[in-house]
Amino acid sequence: MKKIDSARPFDVDASKKRCLQKRKRILDMSQKISALHIGSAYSCMEIVDTIYHGLMRKQDTFLMSKGHGCLAQYTALEEIGVLTKQDLDLYCKPEGKLGTHPDYGLPGIEASTGSLGHGMALSVGMALSDKEQKLDRVIYTVFSDGELQEGSIWEAVLLAPSLGIKNIVGFIDLNDFQSLGRTSEYLPNVYPVVEKFLAFGWDSIQVEGHDVQKLHEAVLNRNPEKSMMVIAKTTKGKGVSYMENVPIWHYRSPNPEEYQIALKELDGGLKNAK
Amino acid sequence: MRNKFAESLYAVAKENPKVFIVVADISPAGSMSKFREEYPERFINVGVAEQNMIGVCAGLALRGAIPFAYTIATFTIYRPFEMVRVDLCYQNLPVTIVGIGGGVTYSTLGGTHHAQEDIAVMGALPNMQILAPCDPLETALATIECAKRPGPKYLRLGKAGEPILTATAPDPFVFGKVRTLKKGKDVCIFSYGPIMKMAFDVAEKIEKTGKSVSIISVHTLKPLDFEGIAHALTQHKEAYVIEEHAPHGGLTSRVKEIAWDINAKCKLQGFTLKDEFIHFYGSHPELLKVHGLDTDIITRRILN
Repeated sequence: MKKIDSARPFDVDASKKRCLQKRKRILDMSQKISALHIGSAYSCMEIVDTIYHGLMRKQDTFLMSKGHGCLAQYTALEEIGVLTKQDLDLYCKPEGKLGTHPDYGLPGIEASTGSLGHGMALSVGMALSDKEQKLDRVIYTVFSDGELQEGSIWEAVLLAPSLGIKNIVGFIDLNDFQSLGRTSEYLPNVYPVVEKFLAFGWDSIQVEGHDVQKLHEAVLNRNPEKSMMVIAKTTKGKGVSYMENVPIWHYRSPNPEEYQIALKELDGGLKNAK
Repeated sequence: MRNKFAESLYAVAKENPKVFIVVADISPAGSMSKFREEYPERFINVGVAEQNMIGVCAGLALRGAIPFAYTIATFTIYRPFEMVRVDLCYQNLPVTIVGIGGGVTYSTLGGTHHAQEDIAVMGALPNMQILAPCDPLETALATIECAKRPGPKYLRLGKAGEPILTATAPDPFVFGKVRTLKKGKDVCIFSYGPIMKMAFDVAEKIEKTGKSVSIISVHTLKPLDFEGIAHALTQHKEAYVIEEHAPHGGLTSRVKEIAWDINAKCKLQGFTLKDEFIHFYGSHPELLKVHGLDTDIITRRILN
């Protein structure tokens, strides 16, 4: 199959290093303010890095439909110079502008999200406008697996292929966790996911969601005649051992002792990075 | 009213390539059907999926388009309320949500199809603007206004067959301003939407008793023309509101707030729908009468 032409050269080793650095950045922020979804950001870190560094061109759009994962986006935007160090240092402070959810109009933020289930219809509307104007733009949207329980997602998933939309590339951050516990325990019928998207007329594949090379390749090899949903199998809290798969890290900030342990783990990873 | 809206929107959309019409599986009557044939890429049917209708409109607007979402009033605002609030109002996008059958227009369809508290609900949202024209002529002007103005709008319409009431109005239609449709000295009636016809009928009966009556169209309910309403309250001895809306959160409540703020001296009373779901099936005027909105009932209450 022909590779899509929206690909960019992608240095996998550099990406791995960046993801560790951004995890460290978020860890530092967690010591200044407690209002952050650290586990959710760590979960989608590789997805977001792959999009910003391996896929997005100037004209493309990024939407964080799972708005609570926005620290992964803020740190990516800081890294590419769209947001400043000061913007992130003042996160959730009265003198700053960034909050716990993306706010439309801020640099790099193309829609206000935070309430789950909105990003798919927004993506479809954007894609429709691009199609009508014959513009070559791709909309990269990141969803959570819990978000798939919102009916509004499926209204728009059903509509996109019906209208011949081919330029949405979504990623589901499938960490199998929602507020009350494991998705596979509470709503097992969320699974299988790939088959659901295929049945709705999308291209879809499941990949290891912390493997940036696999994420990148999944999109490069997509069917250009369809929109695609990449089901990225992730680990909530990925990168810090005691946070992984532990629901309290959805919102909690590490105490000073926990901070030191996490810092050591991330620094260790950076030391070993190529 | 519906046909005049479709005709005006067709003209606006033909002129402006940014205009999209997004419907949730409602049959496109009259000129809208013509638009669909001529510009299929700008006429979108999202299916029976109103949340999706609003979200898609927001996505279009984020790309610079001027979308009109169109379906029955209850389904345009209640079903997708959170999308209206977050996608449209929070992001302050230039989307017009058009509600056909505001109030209890669809009388026999029952409470599921009655938008009797829509002004209160939409009026509570920051950034939302509300227009409720009273006749086909105001509908045309309001439609043009909606395509021009930034920010979200709720355009509340009736259905079909509304008479022309504003052809000889002394005031022009100006967004955000009340409009005198008939000038009198003693009594003032505020109204909006298709029930304006009842305001004219009530005025005619009151005038037979020797009083002269002003009729004011409050076609823009948000932002509300505080000055215009305050002025009318000070210029008349009696003021009444006739509205096809629940008693709270509509024009009656707002006019009473203004009257308090300016320490108005006039007599003031509102005639509204009841705060009830009424399980009655009959014509639109018959259902209005059960709610207490009827020319004779109102006239009697005013004169007594």
